[in-house]
Amino acid sequence: MAEMWINMGPQHPMTHGLWNMRIKVDGETIVDAEPVIGYLHRGWEKMVEDRNYIQIIPMADRLCYGSSFTWSHVYCMAVEKLMDIEVPERAKYIRAMSDELQRIGNHLMWLAAIGTDLGNLTVFLYATRDRELFLDLFTALTGARMTYNYCRIGGVRNDSPANWVRDLERTLDYFEKRLKEYDMLIDQSKLFRMRMEGLGYMSPKDTINAGITGPVLRAAGVKQDLRHNDPYEIYDELDWHMCTHDGCDTWARYRVRMMEMQESVNIVRECLKKMPKDGPIRVKTPRTAPAGTAMARMEDPRGESLMYVVGDGTGKPYRLSVRSPLFVILSASDKLIKGSKIADVPSILGMLDVCMGETDR
Amino acid sequence: MESNVYSVEQVKDKVAQAFPAVVFNDAKIEPRRLYMAADRSVLFELCKLLKDELGFDHCSLVSGVDYCDKFQTVYHITSYTSNITVEIVVDLPHDEPEVDSVTPLWAGANWHERETYDMFGIIFKGHPNLRRLLLPEDYKFFPMRKDCHEGGR
Repeated sequence: MAEMWINMGPQHPMTHGLWNMRIKVDGETIVDAEPVIGYLHRGWEKMVEDRNYIQIIPMADRLCYGSSFTWSHVYCMAVEKLMDIEVPERAKYIRAMSDELQRIGNHLMWLAAIGTDLGNLTVFLYATRDRELFLDLFTALTGARMTYNYCRIGGVRNDSPANWVRDLERTLDYFEKRLKEYDMLIDQSKLFRMRMEGLGYMSPKDTINAGITGPVLRAAGVKQDLRHNDPYEIYDELDWHMCTHDGCDTWARYRVRMMEMQESVNIVRECLKKMPKDGPIRVKTPRTAPAGTAMARMEDPRGESLMYVVGDGTGKPYRLSVRSPLFVILSASDKLIKGSKIADVPSILGMLDVCMGETDR
Repeated sequence: MESNVYSVEQVKDKVAQAFPAVVFNDAKIEPRRLYMAADRSVLFELCKLLKDELGFDHCSLVSGVDYCDKFQTVYHITSYTSNITVEIVVDLPHDEPEVDSVTPLWAGANWHERETYDMFGIIFKGHPNLRRLLLPEDYKFFPMRKDCHEGGR
């Protein structure tokens, strides 16, 4: 049969955002593929060169609406390093806790998306329902559902409101029961497993060389998590274990993310225990940064996010460059789908948790 | 896979031994970090040493900076076994921004180099597919250069 190129995107139910996966098919089998991005390019890195350091925090939120807290967090960490600022202990705990809540929220959004990808609307409804609880927690903490503008250079904007910790504990208790429900709904469903097991294989060596990080890397059995290997904030004081899986396939990626949600619940509980009960949550910071460079990185829900900031002594960054975890994962996505069938593409690419806002910037 | 665990000092010594011209930034001392500046003629060999002998298996970021009198490419390279991140800065003349590509070593650098070419016009010699990535193919500018003010405030 003649081979032909098919555009899966930029408007396609599989893509979750504007991007284009060009695939070359021989019958139903994919023989070649090429990801095409840039449809959502906003010139973020050029825009921030015209804004002062504080104005960039809400812009960093908008790199990805699903995990906006982690993006403003990594930005603030980079600028703090540039200005040589030490963040108060309580703010570090609030940040780490928000990171983990954001991770759960983001993984739930991913779960909702793959639910529809794999043809089960129940998963979508369950996951969005539970995500709403975490968004309510964020609303009480920050005043917004998605783009929080909460992290500040030198701390966080405000302390948690009254009864927030009580609500948080109740939500975690409820959510743990729901995780078991997902287990019964998906993990023990033969249909789901048939659509995930053995697909999108990539060897650990190739995965590392391709620069893939985060849950996809840990699903290849590589013990690499920046919270553990390059700890920031207070992660080195916490006792938690890294979630890995040896499968290297789509099923392993699914399992790692589900395990991470449980682990995030544990981390938040431990933060609540060890957190100082009161104290400052923010320090005064200068408006200008000295000339120099700084780099900060953290474990985003999708992988390693890194910001490299160049200061020139003024109130605006001279250059702010962003490493988006998904940008690199997408660059290797053609290797993941080569050799599989067209119907497997949504399953394989859905497991990467695609977000175009941070990819195109 | 490389399994030897090196300390920052050991990495520094090995690099200094093989490449005496590499300049280390001793003002910035941080745990698990090593800052250095290299000449573009030795960049590829330096990266090869880091990858093949010292176990630096992950390329985090390749980015460019336009300092008006020169370009700079910045490499953040991580070792998963030793948990060390190396930052290499390479100066390039403004009128001839060319540097060797590290994509043959780390496939993860592929799109970062393409993006840097897209935004700064820095040529990565030896890159397998150096085309525009985020901007249209027929775009006439390199927008992240400091002399490009298209629609700026």
